[in-house]
Amino acid sequence: MTTASLTVALAGNPNSGKSTIFNNITGSHQHVGNYPGVTVERREGFRRFDGNDLLVVDLPGTYSLTAHSLDEVVARNVIIDEKPDIIVNILDTSNLERNLYLAVQLLELERPLVLALNMTDVAEKMGLKVDEAAMSRKLGIPVVRTVGNRNRGTDDLLRTVAEAASAAKHKPFTLNYGPEIEARIAQITQALASLTAVKYPQRWLALKLLENDQDVNKAVQILPGWSELKAQVEAARTQLKALLGDDPEIAFAEIRYRFVGEVYREVAVAGSDWAQTTSDKIDSVLTHRLYGLPIFFGVMWLLFNIVFTVGHYPQDWLQSGVKALSDFLARSMADSALKELLVDGVIGGVGSVITFLPNILLLFLGIALLEDTGYMARAAFVMDRVMRAVGLHGKSFIPLLLGFGCNVPAIMGTRTLENPRDRMVTILVSPLMSCSARLPVYTLLTAAFFPDYLAGSVLFSVYIFGVMLAVVMALLFRKTLFPGASEAFVMEMPPYHLPTLRSIVTQMWERSVLYLKKAGTLILAASILVWFLTNYPADVPYSKDYDQAKAQIEETFASQAADQVPLPLGIEAAEENTALLAELDQQRKDALVQLDKDQASEKLANSYAGQFGHLIEPTIRPLGFDWKIGVGLVSAVAAKEVLVSTLGTIYSVGEAKENPSSLAGALTDDPTFSPLVAYALMIFTLIYSPCLAALAVIRRETNSWKWTAFSFTYSTALAWLIAFAVYQTGTYLGF
Amino acid sequence: MPKTLNQLLPGETGVVTRVTGSGPVKRRIVDMGLVAGTPVKVQKAAPLGDPMEIKVKNFNLSLRKSEAALIEVQVG
Repeated sequence: MTTASLTVALAGNPNSGKSTIFNNITGSHQHVGNYPGVTVERREGFRRFDGNDLLVVDLPGTYSLTAHSLDEVVARNVIIDEKPDIIVNILDTSNLERNLYLAVQLLELERPLVLALNMTDVAEKMGLKVDEAAMSRKLGIPVVRTVGNRNRGTDDLLRTVAEAASAAKHKPFTLNYGPEIEARIAQITQALASLTAVKYPQRWLALKLLENDQDVNKAVQILPGWSELKAQVEAARTQLKALLGDDPEIAFAEIRYRFVGEVYREVAVAGSDWAQTTSDKIDSVLTHRLYGLPIFFGVMWLLFNIVFTVGHYPQDWLQSGVKALSDFLARSMADSALKELLVDGVIGGVGSVITFLPNILLLFLGIALLEDTGYMARAAFVMDRVMRAVGLHGKSFIPLLLGFGCNVPAIMGTRTLENPRDRMVTILVSPLMSCSARLPVYTLLTAAFFPDYLAGSVLFSVYIFGVMLAVVMALLFRKTLFPGASEAFVMEMPPYHLPTLRSIVTQMWERSVLYLKKAGTLILAASILVWFLTNYPADVPYSKDYDQAKAQIEETFASQAADQVPLPLGIEAAEENTALLAELDQQRKDALVQLDKDQASEKLANSYAGQFGHLIEPTIRPLGFDWKIGVGLVSAVAAKEVLVSTLGTIYSVGEAKENPSSLAGALTDDPTFSPLVAYALMIFTLIYSPCLAALAVIRRETNSWKWTAFSFTYSTALAWLIAFAVYQTGTYLGF
Repeated sequence: MPKTLNQLLPGETGVVTRVTGSGPVKRRIVDMGLVAGTPVKVQKAAPLGDPMEIKVKNFNLSLRKSEAALIEVQVG
């Protein structure tokens, strides 16, 4: 047998088991990317079968092929532009009638088609029997039975695909729309014949023009001769509308469904109409009028704890691993600019990338479980009423909740939202959820400036403020940036089923790799940049000669030790001598450490970041902030908790983690600070620019620098405005 | 007696007679199989009263009451 190279496109409804079949065919030989310019995932895989090299493209799961959804446009454009040799349509047999609706639309695209009746085991359990031979005869295409999650029928399917590809030609399928419509189709097809440069099948194009399909309209309006055709199409549409009493696209859909119904009744013997399935019984608990919400919150609590509490342990191990590596390099390399770059810049950056990894893996584990079991749709069902009040979809709740842990997985979690507008709004407002990295900032400032009995309320008010702001901004974005009626909620509630380990692990792994590849490189580059800004220029003009001061201390210590220690001779004084010597040595060490801290503080103040802090001081002065806070805020774009360590460096108290109370003390002593300034700073930290990791993920998820820049700009401007209002109102009221 | 789908109580059944409205929402409703002549049964309402869940063509579908109001049904 000769080797042939075949392109196979997998099409099918969501929840039809398409991904499982794709995995069964391609095994581990697969690759995930993006379709150019859009956020729709493109999955491809390879398989060698019976001397055929198969390139398998997994199309996005869709119910139909209209221009209303990005997934649907992508799916049909792949079929039209890439002309796959064979299209395999995976159908959920237990839900055959609706699944066949897509099959009819695929047939109309006039490419060779093979139907795979999947989940036949589920269908049989429901008492549904399908005669695939009759179906094959009726539609004129091969029909194969498969059970994806037990990997049955895969070879059969591949054999049929290979046979169908080698068959000389396929029988063209034509759905008869009735005399009135057919007359118009013929008329438009005739007019189209004169337009040579058309890539679409002509009958399909005529149908789509009559349906007023926006994507097709856009594609053909650049062709010569379009204007005359346009008049014809519009006349035909008006006539049909009058004749059919509805928009032609709706009438066409009804005719397709009528045909599907005929086929279905011919080939399938169904069980009772309104049988209560096992899923219905599970739902009688999980979406119960009273228990539904508590169960939902329980599931969310579990998800949150898995992602953040369980994730905390491997995160700690990774962090200590990274620290061990940087300590090792610090010890074994000679002092140089390269060493500093490696130890503080590169390893620090890599560290911040991989410490998110446990969270990301666990998040995608959780999401894959929720999606594959079918609970995700129930979560949206239960929460939609609440989220709709904000102009969002029920599914937006989960990413927003995750935002309280970390905005990075929250933004990645918006992938579950199909509607791009819901998704963008959710991405833009999710950083307003106070992530755990902001907590150290809040606790430092509340501890320093608020009495214990108020601390809890202050902290709570910041969190609540973020949520309220997210609500307001979501409404605002919906009205201004993404206007228009919100898309239909109409959503399938797929039957519950046990997920396969393989599918869960694959999803988890693929998405994490994408995170490492796309966001990771950006985070790394940005971390190095921030490191550079806070450490350079290397030669800063110091207020005093630190080397000399250190030498001075050593000298003083030596002379004091020589003067004081040997004086009382005698055995009984030896113990006293040792104690005295230790005390002097401690003094020396303390003085040296203090000098190091002072030097670090001065170095930071004179670094590019420090200079920038001074530069922006006039703009943040109205918020009650000085240049020191400015430096802190600039460097905290790397990660919000960095604000604490930067302030620690500036106030010469060293790493604040070791000694939080001394930083709090230093802040209380600084006349710039007051409870009001502290509160304004908390609010500013809450709202202003998402951290670099979050920005990198926004870039990755929106596939757009423009939206990333917008997210940065709007949040920083908003932070300024609100902190300004807080500080000025507070000052006016005399706080 | 003609009603719209949102007026049906849990457990009640009907047959779709017409889908009103326009644009993507209408198209989506029709694409999911809610075309004239299709039998539907209301399964339940969400804990907060909206959206609702129905059975149609052997599968379960959830939709908001505002969307169900576009679907005219013959009760029986």
